Amino acid sequence: MTDLTVEHRVRSASFGDYVSLLKPRVMSLVVFTGLAGYVAAPGAGDWVLGFAAILSIAVAAGASGALNMWYDADIDEVMKRTRTRAIPAGRIAREEALMLGLFLSGFSVLTMLLAAGVFAAALLAFTIFFYAVVYTMWLKRSTPQNIVIGGLSGALPPAIAWAAKTGGLALDPVLLVAIIFLWTPPHFWALSLLAQKDYAAAKVPMLPVTHGAKATRTQIFFYTMLLAPLALAPAFTGLGGMIYTSIAGLGGTLFLVLAWRVYRSRAGEGIAAEDKHARMLFGFSIFYLFALFAALLTEHGLGL
Amino acid sequence: MEVTETVTLTPEQEKARKRRNMWLALSIAAFCALVFAITITKMGAAP
Repeated sequence: MTDLTVEHRVRSASFGDYVSLLKPRVMSLVVFTGLAGYVAAPGAGDWVLGFAAILSIAVAAGASGALNMWYDADIDEVMKRTRTRAIPAGRIAREEALMLGLFLSGFSVLTMLLAAGVFAAALLAFTIFFYAVVYTMWLKRSTPQNIVIGGLSGALPPAIAWAAKTGGLALDPVLLVAIIFLWTPPHFWALSLLAQKDYAAAKVPMLPVTHGAKATRTQIFFYTMLLAPLALAPAFTGLGGMIYTSIAGLGGTLFLVLAWRVYRSRAGEGIAAEDKHARMLFGFSIFYLFALFAALLTEHGLGL
Repeated sequence: MEVTETVTLTPEQEKARKRRNMWLALSIAAFCALVFAITITKMGAAP
């Protein structure tokens, strides 16, 4: 009887709770970078097939999110940021998230196969596998390089969309993947400097937990030094035009300045005034990536 | 045919279940429409 009483106190799961398992905010970023990849790829494209491809990428990202929440329910329960999620809050059973994740994985890959062929579908399936199995089940709990390597799955959507439109890959989509790949560590480590107590409590070996805040700040600056020049590369391959190049130049410089400030600061050492540097870098990193892909979307969408 | 209910739901839970089912039905219908649209497009593109 005790179990029943507990169940009655928690409100029933709504459709929105199931949607929240798909991590809608991550989905929106993936839709955005995927769409930019699709629009920037050569060829005329097709509205219906393009829509189906982007939707498949979004649903696959959602499925990965659900699988992540199924596997990480024990971590989510401990961390402040994730404690109110549907599973730790008791509104949805873990098994339901697993089934939802598996079903949506299947549906998204199938839809991609129908709309865009084997190559894009295989790339999509690999992305889900990489996030759910390689990152979530393996790397996240075992190495401070977790988000560096795992970041590949978040970086792939523009290449999947490119492959969906053209049937193959080229230098340009690989550059887009590399940009997001190098962007992930400074972005995520800036956040982890602010939440390292949570990660330590959940026993997740994030870099600030294993190697300390100073090493993390150094790594943030190191990856930013790689990212800022690489983001300019599309200007030389013809992928990025005037708008893109100005944003990559200005944004990259600002990114470097903010990362330098984090490097020089004592962010992540429990001093509120110092943490603001990491918070600023984290906020700016989101704006920076958004601006880069918005520039591509504008230039190729309007034919500039 | 009568469905045997083994769990008694409160009216509130029943309402939540109905709403979930409605959204699920809509999602399935949308998926069918998408597959139909893809098929038509592919048939149109075929030589």
